[in-house]
Amino acid sequence: MTVDQLSQPEPTRRRVIGFFLGGGLLASLASFIYPVLRYLVPPAVADLGGDEIVAAKLTELKLNSGKIFRFGNRPGLLIRTASGEYRAMSATCTHLSCTVQYRDDLRQVWCACHNGKYDLNGRNISGPPPRPLEGFEVQVRGDEIFVRRRREA
Amino acid sequence: MSPLRKVRDWLDERLQWDDLIAPLREKTVPLHRLSYWYFLGGISLFLFVIQVLTGILLLLYYRPGANEAFESVQYIMTRVQFGWLIRSIHSWSANLMIFTVFAHMFSVLFLKAYRKPRELTWVSGVLLLFLVMGFGFSGYLLPWNTLAFFATKVGTEITGQVPIVGKPMMIFLRGGEDVTGATLTRFFGFHVAVLPGIATVLLLLHLLLVQRLGMSIPPKLEVQWTANPAAKREMKFLPNFLLRELMAWYLALGVLGALAAVFPWNLGVKADPFVSAPAGIKPEWYFLFMFQTLKLIPSKVWFIDGEILGVLAFGLVALLWLLLPFLESDQPSHMKRWITGLAVFALAYTVGMSVYGYLAK
Repeated sequence: MTVDQLSQPEPTRRRVIGFFLGGGLLASLASFIYPVLRYLVPPAVADLGGDEIVAAKLTELKLNSGKIFRFGNRPGLLIRTASGEYRAMSATCTHLSCTVQYRDDLRQVWCACHNGKYDLNGRNISGPPPRPLEGFEVQVRGDEIFVRRRREA
Repeated sequence: MSPLRKVRDWLDERLQWDDLIAPLREKTVPLHRLSYWYFLGGISLFLFVIQVLTGILLLLYYRPGANEAFESVQYIMTRVQFGWLIRSIHSWSANLMIFTVFAHMFSVLFLKAYRKPRELTWVSGVLLLFLVMGFGFSGYLLPWNTLAFFATKVGTEITGQVPIVGKPMMIFLRGGEDVTGATLTRFFGFHVAVLPGIATVLLLLHLLLVQRLGMSIPPKLEVQWTANPAAKREMKFLPNFLLRELMAWYLALGVLGALAAVFPWNLGVKADPFVSAPAGIKPEWYFLFMFQTLKLIPSKVWFIDGEILGVLAFGLVALLWLLLPFLESDQPSHMKRWITGLAVFALAYTVGMSVYGYLAK
């Protein structure tokens, strides 16, 4: 041990105690904050309904009209075009997530929030929407119209 | 100058913070063999803060309403990460807080800290004690389980026994003739808005009074110290006492965490107004002494209903308790001893009846 160390024992001891005290306090603080942060994250909601659902009965939709249906936890839009074809797509606007609707006068999908427009394939054609709406597959079986998510290619 | 110091000085120039805490720097805490009792108020305050914080967290997931309340608490306990811990801490801390508040009150009583000029500190403290019991009573119903349902039914029914004002008060509390979802909505409002609002104001007043008047010295010691000022021993509040208080808080937190982790709070069975009350049903422990007393009073005393007599007696005791410091001042010293005797009796009665109520079938 050098003379230098002998002459200054107190500051070193104080620093060691301070280190343990501060470290202990920080560690316990972390142990309080960690559960709280985890608590704040809401548990994931199970996606109800699976991949395929019945969106409507065959007799339900007139020509040139649309219907909002429940697809899992989100709304979907089923359209019967003027020519009688069925189209289905997500009804959540890609701009700021309002629910879109079918406008029979425009023959387009329209979002009331910021005047976004999509064509009948869900492509964004006018207004602020940055991306097309997600399209779904439509199948008619018996008198029911089935909608399912498109398989990833 | 370090940047931290600069920020501090900048703020101090604007807030005059130093002037604000100057009285705290001069504040001292008397040192004697009973000094430990001075910690109880601080621990109660700490537990109250825990209640506010965990209460806010529970509000993120809790839903009031007869159809949702139980399920939402179940969701907190089973689905939300660490939800069981947050709720258990809230429940345990509530119980510990009621215990420390009672202990604080009795310590103030025995150390005679309510004497002039601290009468208002006592009054605000007793009101806070009543509020804390109100918090307990209203919070107990919120999970909407069977025990809570019947406890609330009985508790509000007792309120209804009070002559003249009882019945309207019961209907006000229940939000109707019976305990229903409407009661739950009201109790939720009381528990998270009305009571916290009143409690915050009273608490600030209580703390302000404690800071203004300083710590009370037990009478015997006060006489000794006045006769011989050299014998006086005290500790600075800042930082000496505060650091010790913080250690007590840390310890309280440890106890709380251990209790919550080892004995998570039960949820029970969802309340159903159309099933019978389960056998052995009892209120929370802090209402047991009143519950047991009411059970022991015969149904008719002379020409008065036993229940009414009990409720009126408790009301009268509560009022006297609130005004205790005013009863003692200006009394000769033998009368003051009589009041200490009353305090011993009150403690013995409360503890005795609680234990009796706990053990009774």
